[in-house]
Amino acid sequence: MNPFRSIVLLAALLLSATAGRAQQVSVVKFGELQKRLSRQNDTTYVVNFWATWCAPCVKELPLFEQLNATHANKKVKVLLVSMDYASQLDKKVKPFVLKRGLKSEVVLLNETDPNSYLEKVDPKWSGALPFTLIWNGRQHKRATFEHEFTPAELTAEINKFLL
Amino acid sequence: MKKLLSFLTAFAALVLLSNFVTGPAGYQVGDKVADFKLKNVDGKMVSLADNKAAKGYIVVFTCNTCPYAKAYESRIIELHQKYAPKGYPVVAINPNDEATVPGDSFAEMKARAASKKYPFAYLQDATQEVAKTYGATRTPHLYVVTKQGADFVVSYIGAIDDNSEDAKLVKTKYVEQAMTDILAGKPAATSSTKAIGCTIKWKKA
Repeated sequence: MNPFRSIVLLAALLLSATAGRAQQVSVVKFGELQKRLSRQNDTTYVVNFWATWCAPCVKELPLFEQLNATHANKKVKVLLVSMDYASQLDKKVKPFVLKRGLKSEVVLLNETDPNSYLEKVDPKWSGALPFTLIWNGRQHKRATFEHEFTPAELTAEINKFLL
Repeated sequence: MKKLLSFLTAFAALVLLSNFVTGPAGYQVGDKVADFKLKNVDGKMVSLADNKAAKGYIVVFTCNTCPYAKAYESRIIELHQKYAPKGYPVVAINPNDEATVPGDSFAEMKARAASKKYPFAYLQDATQEVAKTYGATRTPHLYVVTKQGADFVVSYIGAIDDNSEDAKLVKTKYVEQAMTDILAGKPAATSSTKAIGCTIKWKKA
Protein backbone atom coordinates (compact mmCIF):
# COMPACT_ATOMS: atom_id res chain seq x y z
CA MET A 1 0.00 0.00 0.00
CA ASN A 2 1.48 3.38 -0.89
CA PRO A 3 2.04 5.83 1.97
CA PHE A 4 -0.42 8.38 0.57
CA ARG A 5 -3.28 5.90 0.48
CA SER A 6 -2.62 4.75 4.02
CA ILE A 7 -2.64 8.37 5.24
CA VAL A 8 -5.99 8.98 3.52
CA LEU A 9 -7.33 5.77 4.99
CA LEU A 10 -6.10 6.69 8.45
CA ALA A 11 -7.62 10.16 8.17
CA ALA A 12 -10.95 8.70 7.06
CA LEU A 13 -10.87 6.26 9.95
CA LEU A 14 -10.15 9.03 12.46
CA LEU A 15 -12.88 11.22 11.04
CA SER A 16 -15.52 8.53 11.19
CA ALA A 17 -14.46 7.65 14.71
CA THR A 18 -14.90 11.28 15.82
CA ALA A 19 -18.18 11.73 14.01
CA GLY A 20 -19.62 8.54 15.41
CA ARG A 21 -18.57 9.15 18.99
CA ALA A 22 -21.51 9.53 21.31
CA GLN A 23 -21.74 12.46 23.63
CA GLN A 24 -20.35 11.21 26.90
CA VAL A 25 -22.75 10.92 29.79
CA SER A 26 -20.95 11.08 33.09
CA VAL A 27 -22.56 9.77 36.23
CA VAL A 28 -22.39 12.17 39.17
CA LYS A 29 -23.33 12.15 42.85
CA PHE A 30 -25.16 15.14 44.26
CA GLY A 31 -22.02 16.60 45.88
CA GLU A 32 -20.40 17.02 42.48
CA LEU A 33 -23.54 18.45 40.94
CA GLN A 34 -23.97 20.88 43.82
CA LYS A 35 -20.50 22.33 43.15
CA ARG A 36 -21.54 23.01 39.59
CA LEU A 37 -24.84 24.52 40.69
CA SER A 38 -23.01 27.00 42.88
CA ARG A 39 -20.74 28.45 40.19
CA GLN A 40 -20.86 32.21 40.37
CA ASN A 41 -19.22 34.01 37.45
CA ASP A 42 -20.19 35.90 34.30
CA THR A 43 -21.59 32.81 32.56
CA THR A 44 -25.34 32.28 32.42
CA TYR A 45 -25.96 28.67 33.40
CA VAL A 46 -29.04 26.81 32.24
CA VAL A 47 -29.51 23.51 34.07
CA ASN A 48 -32.41 21.34 33.01
CA PHE A 49 -33.47 18.28 35.00
CA TRP A 50 -35.10 15.72 32.72
CA ALA A 51 -35.51 12.00 32.10
CA THR A 52 -35.89 9.82 29.04
CA TRP A 53 -39.28 8.62 30.39
CA CYS A 54 -40.61 12.16 30.89
CA ALA A 55 -42.60 13.13 27.78
CA PRO A 56 -42.72 16.92 28.39
CA CYS A 57 -38.98 16.87 29.14
CA VAL A 58 -38.15 15.08 25.92
CA LYS A 59 -40.36 17.50 24.02
CA GLU A 60 -38.54 20.59 25.28
CA LEU A 61 -34.96 19.26 24.99
CA PRO A 62 -34.49 20.75 21.47
CA LEU A 63 -35.13 24.21 22.98
CA PHE A 64 -32.12 23.82 25.27
CA GLU A 65 -30.07 22.38 22.44
CA GLN A 66 -30.91 25.42 20.37
CA LEU A 67 -29.53 27.75 23.04
CA ASN A 68 -26.03 26.50 22.27
CA ALA A 69 -26.36 27.60 18.66
CA THR A 70 -28.34 30.79 19.24
CA HIS A 71 -25.97 32.06 21.90
CA ALA A 72 -22.75 30.53 20.58
CA ASN A 73 -20.88 33.83 21.02
CA LYS A 74 -22.30 34.59 24.46
CA LYS A 75 -21.42 33.06 27.77
CA VAL A 76 -24.26 30.58 28.05
CA LYS A 77 -23.71 27.05 29.32
CA VAL A 78 -26.36 24.35 29.14
CA LEU A 79 -26.23 21.29 31.36
CA LEU A 80 -28.80 18.52 31.01
CA VAL A 81 -29.16 16.48 34.20
CA SER A 82 -30.76 13.12 33.54
CA MET A 83 -32.83 11.83 36.44
CA ASP A 84 -33.04 8.37 34.93
CA TYR A 85 -31.92 5.56 37.20
CA ALA A 86 -28.19 4.81 36.94
CA SER A 87 -29.17 1.26 35.97
CA GLN A 88 -30.63 2.74 32.77
CA LEU A 89 -27.42 4.52 31.70
CA ASP A 90 -26.37 2.08 28.98
CA LYS A 91 -29.83 0.76 28.19
CA LYS A 92 -31.74 4.03 27.85
CA VAL A 93 -29.78 7.23 28.45
CA LYS A 94 -26.70 6.75 26.24
CA PRO A 95 -28.72 5.44 23.26
CA PHE A 96 -31.15 8.35 23.68
CA VAL A 97 -28.37 10.95 23.74
CA LEU A 98 -26.77 9.34 20.69
CA LYS A 99 -30.02 9.04 18.74
CA ARG A 100 -30.97 12.66 19.41
CA GLY A 101 -27.41 13.81 18.75
CA LEU A 102 -27.48 15.96 21.89
CA LYS A 103 -24.66 18.50 21.89
CA SER A 104 -25.17 19.90 25.38
CA GLU A 105 -23.32 18.33 28.24
CA VAL A 106 -25.35 15.51 29.81
CA VAL A 107 -24.80 14.07 33.27
CA LEU A 108 -26.81 11.44 35.10
CA LEU A 109 -27.53 12.13 38.76
CA ASN A 110 -26.97 8.89 40.63
CA GLU A 111 -28.91 9.31 43.87
CA THR A 112 -31.76 7.17 45.17
CA ASP A 113 -33.43 9.52 47.66
CA PRO A 114 -34.69 12.78 46.12
CA ASN A 115 -35.72 14.00 49.55
CA SER A 116 -32.03 14.29 50.38
CA TYR A 117 -31.19 16.76 47.62
CA LEU A 118 -34.28 18.40 46.03
CA GLU A 119 -34.40 21.12 48.67
CA LYS A 120 -30.69 21.82 48.12
CA VAL A 121 -31.15 22.28 44.38
CA ASP A 122 -33.88 24.79 45.12
CA PRO A 123 -36.47 25.05 47.90
CA LYS A 124 -39.11 25.85 45.28
CA TRP A 125 -38.64 22.50 43.49
CA SER A 126 -41.41 20.13 44.59
CA GLY A 127 -39.91 17.26 42.59
CA ALA A 128 -41.90 17.39 39.35
CA LEU A 129 -40.04 17.02 36.06
CA PRO A 130 -39.05 18.92 34.03
CA PHE A 131 -37.34 21.48 36.26
CA THR A 132 -35.01 24.21 35.03
CA LEU A 133 -32.63 26.49 36.84
CA ILE A 134 -31.14 29.59 35.20
CA TRP A 135 -28.64 31.78 36.96
CA ASN A 136 -25.84 34.25 36.52
CA GLY A 137 -23.60 34.92 39.50
CA ARG A 138 -22.22 38.19 38.20
CA GLN A 139 -25.72 39.59 37.77
CA HIS A 140 -26.96 38.08 41.06
CA LYS A 141 -29.90 36.67 39.14
CA ARG A 142 -31.53 33.30 39.51
CA ALA A 143 -34.81 31.83 38.26
CA THR A 144 -36.48 28.43 38.52
CA PHE A 145 -39.17 26.81 36.42
CA GLU A 146 -41.08 23.68 37.40
CA HIS A 147 -42.80 23.22 34.06
CA GLU A 148 -42.19 22.70 30.36
CA PHE A 149 -41.16 25.78 28.40
CA THR A 150 -42.74 27.10 25.26
CA PRO A 151 -40.08 28.36 22.80
CA ALA A 152 -41.21 31.96 23.36
CA GLU A 153 -41.05 31.64 27.15
CA LEU A 154 -37.54 30.20 27.18
CA THR A 155 -36.29 32.88 24.80
CA ALA A 156 -37.85 35.60 26.97
CA GLU A 157 -36.40 34.16 30.17
CA ILE A 158 -32.90 33.74 28.70
CA ASN A 159 -32.99 37.26 27.32
CA LYS A 160 -33.56 38.60 30.85
CA PHE A 161 -30.09 37.29 31.63
CA LEU A 162 -28.38 38.32 28.42
CA LEU A 163 -29.66 41.84 27.83
CA MET B 1 -49.73 60.79 60.06
CA LYS B 2 -49.25 61.06 56.32
CA LYS B 3 -45.88 59.38 56.70
CA LEU B 4 -47.37 56.55 58.69
CA LEU B 5 -50.11 56.12 56.13
CA SER B 6 -47.65 55.89 53.23
CA PHE B 7 -45.57 53.48 55.26
CA LEU B 8 -48.61 51.33 55.92
CA THR B 9 -49.59 51.43 52.25
CA ALA B 10 -46.09 50.38 51.25
CA PHE B 11 -46.14 47.63 53.84
CA ALA B 12 -49.52 46.36 52.65
CA ALA B 13 -48.29 46.42 49.06
CA LEU B 14 -45.22 44.45 50.10
CA VAL B 15 -47.33 41.84 51.86
CA LEU B 16 -49.61 41.57 48.83
CA LEU B 17 -46.61 41.31 46.55
CA SER B 18 -44.92 38.61 48.60
CA ASN B 19 -48.18 36.66 48.56
CA PHE B 20 -48.27 37.03 44.84
CA VAL B 21 -44.65 35.97 44.42
CA THR B 22 -44.91 32.84 46.55
CA GLY B 23 -48.40 32.12 45.20
CA PRO B 24 -51.00 29.87 46.75
CA ALA B 25 -48.84 26.82 47.33
CA GLY B 26 -51.75 24.58 48.25
CA TYR B 27 -52.11 22.86 51.59
CA GLN B 28 -49.41 22.88 54.23
CA VAL B 29 -49.22 20.51 57.17
CA GLY B 30 -51.82 21.63 59.73
CA ASP B 31 -54.27 22.99 57.15
CA LYS B 32 -57.91 21.90 57.15
CA VAL B 33 -58.85 20.35 53.83
CA ALA B 34 -62.01 21.04 51.86
CA ASP B 35 -63.98 17.90 51.07
CA PHE B 36 -64.41 16.90 47.44
CA LYS B 37 -66.83 14.85 45.40
CA LEU B 38 -65.13 12.86 42.67
CA LYS B 39 -66.15 9.95 40.50
CA ASN B 40 -64.71 6.57 41.41
CA VAL B 41 -63.91 3.89 38.84
CA ASP B 42 -67.07 2.06 40.01
CA GLY B 43 -69.12 5.05 38.82
CA LYS B 44 -70.08 6.22 42.31
CA MET B 45 -69.22 9.65 43.67
CA VAL B 46 -66.82 9.65 46.63
CA SER B 47 -66.24 12.25 49.38
CA LEU B 48 -64.02 12.12 52.46
CA ALA B 49 -67.13 12.47 54.63
CA ASP B 50 -68.70 9.28 53.22
CA ASN B 51 -66.67 6.85 55.29
CA LYS B 52 -67.85 7.55 58.82
CA ALA B 53 -65.40 5.02 60.29
CA ALA B 54 -62.33 6.67 58.76
CA LYS B 55 -59.90 8.27 61.21
CA GLY B 56 -58.19 9.79 58.23
CA TYR B 57 -57.04 9.02 54.73
CA ILE B 58 -53.89 8.49 52.74
CA VAL B 59 -54.72 10.67 49.75
CA VAL B 60 -52.40 10.00 46.85
CA PHE B 61 -52.38 11.82 43.53
CA THR B 62 -51.27 9.21 41.05
CA CYS B 63 -51.99 8.03 37.53
CA ASN B 64 -51.80 5.16 35.04
CA THR B 65 -49.00 6.45 32.89
CA CYS B 66 -46.14 7.91 34.95
CA PRO B 67 -43.22 5.49 35.42
CA TYR B 68 -42.86 6.67 39.03
CA ALA B 69 -46.56 6.11 39.70
CA LYS B 70 -46.24 2.63 38.22
CA ALA B 71 -43.13 1.96 40.29
CA TYR B 72 -45.09 2.83 43.42
CA GLU B 73 -48.39 1.19 42.48
CA SER B 74 -47.91 -2.01 44.45
CA ARG B 75 -46.49 -0.05 47.40
CA ILE B 76 -49.63 2.11 47.41
CA ILE B 77 -51.75 -1.06 47.49
CA GLU B 78 -49.65 -2.28 50.44
CA LEU B 79 -50.16 1.03 52.25
CA HIS B 80 -53.91 0.53 51.95
CA GLN B 81 -53.70 -3.05 53.16
CA LYS B 82 -51.65 -1.97 56.13
CA TYR B 83 -53.46 1.20 57.16
CA ALA B 84 -57.11 0.75 56.09
CA PRO B 85 -57.66 -1.68 59.00
CA LYS B 86 -56.19 1.01 61.27
CA GLY B 87 -58.72 3.57 60.00
CA TYR B 88 -56.63 5.20 57.25
CA PRO B 89 -57.67 3.89 53.82
CA VAL B 90 -55.94 5.03 50.65
CA VAL B 91 -57.86 7.31 48.30
CA ALA B 92 -56.13 7.53 44.92
CA ILE B 93 -56.87 10.54 42.71
CA ASN B 94 -55.86 10.80 39.06
CA PRO B 95 -55.48 14.51 38.20
CA ASN B 96 -54.12 14.19 34.66
CA ASP B 97 -55.99 15.80 31.77
CA GLU B 98 -57.23 12.90 29.68
CA ALA B 99 -57.15 14.99 26.53
CA THR B 100 -53.39 15.41 27.02
CA VAL B 101 -52.78 11.85 28.24
CA PRO B 102 -55.28 9.39 26.71
CA GLY B 103 -53.76 6.66 28.89
CA ASP B 104 -55.26 8.42 31.90
CA SER B 105 -58.84 8.50 30.59
CA PHE B 106 -61.62 7.32 32.88
CA ALA B 107 -61.96 4.12 30.81
CA GLU B 108 -58.23 3.44 31.17
CA MET B 109 -58.43 4.14 34.91
CA LYS B 110 -61.22 1.56 35.20
CA ALA B 111 -59.13 -0.97 33.28
CA ARG B 112 -56.06 -0.32 35.43
CA ALA B 113 -57.96 -0.56 38.70
CA ALA B 114 -59.57 -3.82 37.55
CA SER B 115 -56.37 -5.46 36.30
CA LYS B 116 -54.41 -4.54 39.42
CA LYS B 117 -57.41 -5.20 41.70
CA TYR B 118 -57.16 -1.83 43.45
CA PRO B 119 -58.59 -2.32 46.95
CA PHE B 120 -59.16 1.46 47.27
CA ALA B 121 -61.14 4.17 45.51
CA TYR B 122 -59.49 5.47 42.33
CA LEU B 123 -61.05 8.85 41.55
CA GLN B 124 -60.84 11.06 38.52
CA ASP B 125 -60.19 14.75 39.23
CA ALA B 126 -61.69 15.77 35.90
CA THR B 127 -61.62 19.51 36.58
CA GLN B 128 -58.20 19.28 38.31
CA GLU B 129 -59.59 21.52 41.04
CA VAL B 130 -58.78 19.07 43.84
CA ALA B 131 -55.15 18.74 42.75
CA LYS B 132 -54.87 22.53 42.56
CA THR B 133 -56.47 22.99 45.98
CA TYR B 134 -54.09 20.48 47.52
CA GLY B 135 -51.13 22.00 45.72
CA ALA B 136 -50.22 18.67 44.12
CA THR B 137 -47.61 19.06 41.40
CA ARG B 138 -46.61 15.55 40.46
CA THR B 139 -47.59 11.88 40.46
CA PRO B 140 -47.24 10.30 42.90
CA HIS B 141 -47.79 13.07 45.48
CA LEU B 142 -49.10 11.89 48.82
CA TYR B 143 -51.03 13.56 51.66
CA VAL B 144 -52.08 12.03 54.96
CA VAL B 145 -55.17 13.72 56.40
CA THR B 146 -56.34 13.09 59.95
CA LYS B 147 -59.87 13.56 61.28
CA GLN B 148 -60.10 16.27 63.91
CA GLY B 149 -63.69 16.84 64.99
CA ALA B 150 -65.70 17.31 61.83
CA ASP B 151 -62.65 18.27 59.76
CA PHE B 152 -59.76 16.53 58.09
CA VAL B 153 -56.39 18.15 58.72
CA VAL B 154 -53.17 17.60 56.73
CA SER B 155 -50.66 15.63 58.82
CA TYR B 156 -48.07 14.63 56.26
CA ILE B 157 -47.13 15.67 52.71
CA GLY B 158 -44.60 14.12 50.44
CA ALA B 159 -42.77 10.97 49.50
CA ILE B 160 -43.65 7.33 50.07
CA ASP B 161 -40.07 6.17 50.71
CA ASP B 162 -36.48 6.85 49.69
CA ASN B 163 -36.05 4.46 46.75
CA SER B 164 -38.49 4.56 43.87
CA GLU B 165 -36.59 2.09 41.71
CA ASP B 166 -36.34 -0.81 44.11
CA ALA B 167 -38.65 -1.37 47.08
CA LYS B 168 -36.19 -3.92 48.45
CA LEU B 169 -33.47 -1.27 48.82
CA VAL B 170 -35.64 1.21 50.73
CA LYS B 171 -34.00 2.46 53.92
CA THR B 172 -36.59 4.97 55.10
CA LYS B 173 -40.31 4.52 54.59
CA TYR B 174 -41.24 8.18 55.02
CA VAL B 175 -45.01 7.78 55.01
CA GLU B 176 -44.95 4.75 57.32
CA GLN B 177 -42.71 6.65 59.71
CA ALA B 178 -45.25 9.47 59.72
CA MET B 179 -48.14 7.01 60.16
CA THR B 180 -46.47 5.48 63.21
CA ASP B 181 -46.45 8.92 64.86
CA ILE B 182 -49.95 9.77 63.70
CA LEU B 183 -51.41 6.48 64.94
CA ALA B 184 -49.74 7.16 68.30
CA GLY B 185 -51.62 10.46 68.41
CA LYS B 186 -48.49 12.54 67.83
CA PRO B 187 -47.63 14.94 65.03
CA ALA B 188 -45.34 13.31 62.45
CA ALA B 189 -41.70 14.00 63.37
CA THR B 190 -40.94 14.35 59.66
CA SER B 191 -44.15 15.80 58.27
CA SER B 192 -42.92 16.98 54.91
CA THR B 193 -40.65 15.30 52.36
CA LYS B 194 -39.99 15.61 48.66
CA ALA B 195 -39.90 13.13 45.82
CA ILE B 196 -39.36 13.06 42.08
CA GLY B 197 -42.42 12.46 39.96
CA CYS B 198 -44.10 13.25 36.68
CA THR B 199 -45.51 16.71 36.42
CA ILE B 200 -49.32 16.69 36.52
CA LYS B 201 -50.58 17.11 32.96
CA TRP B 202 -52.65 20.28 33.32
CA LYS B 203 -55.34 21.19 30.82
CA LYS B 204 -54.13 23.55 28.14
CA ALA B 205 -55.30 27.02 29.08
